[in-house]
Amino acid sequence: MGLLNIFSKPTADLVRLPSGSFTVDRDGRILMGTLPSSFPREMIKELAELILETFREAAEAQLPLSEVIANYPSLRITARELRGGAIVFLAPRERTATPNLN
Amino acid sequence: METRHKILLLDDDPELLSTYQQILTGLPSKPEVRVAASGSRAMALLEAEDFRLLICDLKMPKMDGLQVLSIVRRKYPQLRTVALTGIGDEQFRSRAYALGVDQFWQKPSSEQEIKMFMECLEALLGRESDAGFRGVQSKSLVDIIQLECISQSSSVLRITNGPFAGKIWIQDGEIIDAEAAELSAEPAFQKILSWKNGSFESLVADPSRPRKIFKSYNALLLETAQALDESQNAVTADGQPAAPNTPLAQLSQVEGVEFVLAMKPGDNGQVARGLENPEHMATWARQSLGRFRALGESWHAGPLEQIECLGPQRNVALASQAETEFCVGWKPTMSSGEIRQTMKKVLALWAS
Repeated sequence: MGLLNIFSKPTADLVRLPSGSFTVDRDGRILMGTLPSSFPREMIKELAELILETFREAAEAQLPLSEVIANYPSLRITARELRGGAIVFLAPRERTATPNLN
Repeated sequence: METRHKILLLDDDPELLSTYQQILTGLPSKPEVRVAASGSRAMALLEAEDFRLLICDLKMPKMDGLQVLSIVRRKYPQLRTVALTGIGDEQFRSRAYALGVDQFWQKPSSEQEIKMFMECLEALLGRESDAGFRGVQSKSLVDIIQLECISQSSSVLRITNGPFAGKIWIQDGEIIDAEAAELSAEPAFQKILSWKNGSFESLVADPSRPRKIFKSYNALLLETAQALDESQNAVTADGQPAAPNTPLAQLSQVEGVEFVLAMKPGDNGQVARGLENPEHMATWARQSLGRFRALGESWHAGPLEQIECLGPQRNVALASQAETEFCVGWKPTMSSGEIRQTMKKVLALWAS
């Protein structure tokens, strides 16, 4: 079984999609959150800016929004408007996946 | 002459690459195995050579396996892909499948697992391209039904087209019933045959199913083909395409839809139904879809499925179908879950 031992190796970690929430104010400052500290801060900021832009530009297009839900195969992002800022929830979606053998 | 397929093996561990290269060369189809120790090297090889299968480790420095797979699935859709990892984490399995990999394997830890792994790779190498319905390669759905009927088989064919699913009951070589969404019998059969692609599986026969279709399978297939031809070529009396049946008109008839805005690539490639002055809405929708799509790619969360937006005045959903982007307005009384489900139907209707 010596051959099989090489099948495991320690290398850099992949970033897990986190479960949790955070709030961002109208100026893009992250106020508080429950996301794991291992999740990169830059990614949270990237999302926060995107959410604020989406709400802001929707209002400019005469479409005021209170909630935005973005669905990906492995993640759902729910953002609720909060006095110009937002509270954002992240929920990884784990679904039963079967190998495609066709 | 039989084709000798090429496999590209990507892992940052040189020892592992060498070991796997030896193992894979021993596959019955004797594939040519090339190796790459980094994502960028793999991309260069894929650009230069024609590969059948990519086996990709997930944990790698710089460009990780999810990044590689996400690029590869877009750039080389015909390439078979296998994610191979030592990470025992269901989330990465989900994410790899969300990116469209054919198989996800945890690195084999026993001789039996290696054997199974090899058998699956051999099966992947042996398959032809994906034309037609997956399940029987290079066969149309009509071919599949004819095969079942000619061989006097009894089975239930379950056909899936995006969020839509349909069933066709075959008993002793005759089509006895069909079902698709709220349709049944012949209308359901016609609906299923109008789907241009999808996947199917053959389920165990259901002899207790009451017969609702009494035509022979040949007559049924012929009539369905004629009906589909007629619906595609519908024209007005003066030879113009029949307007009321435009795809956009059909979408706007879906229950709950208040307006439909379809946007093709290009600045002026938008058409709307039920919406006046759609320019601002179109600009916002395009930008939002683009940004969320980019986020999904950079986070490796898989391709963006859709966005539901709820507001005090109106609800909208944003999604893409092939090259067309959609912004669909929904009644304010609909919940996000209802919008999500109905939006899938709208997209499937557009696709079919």
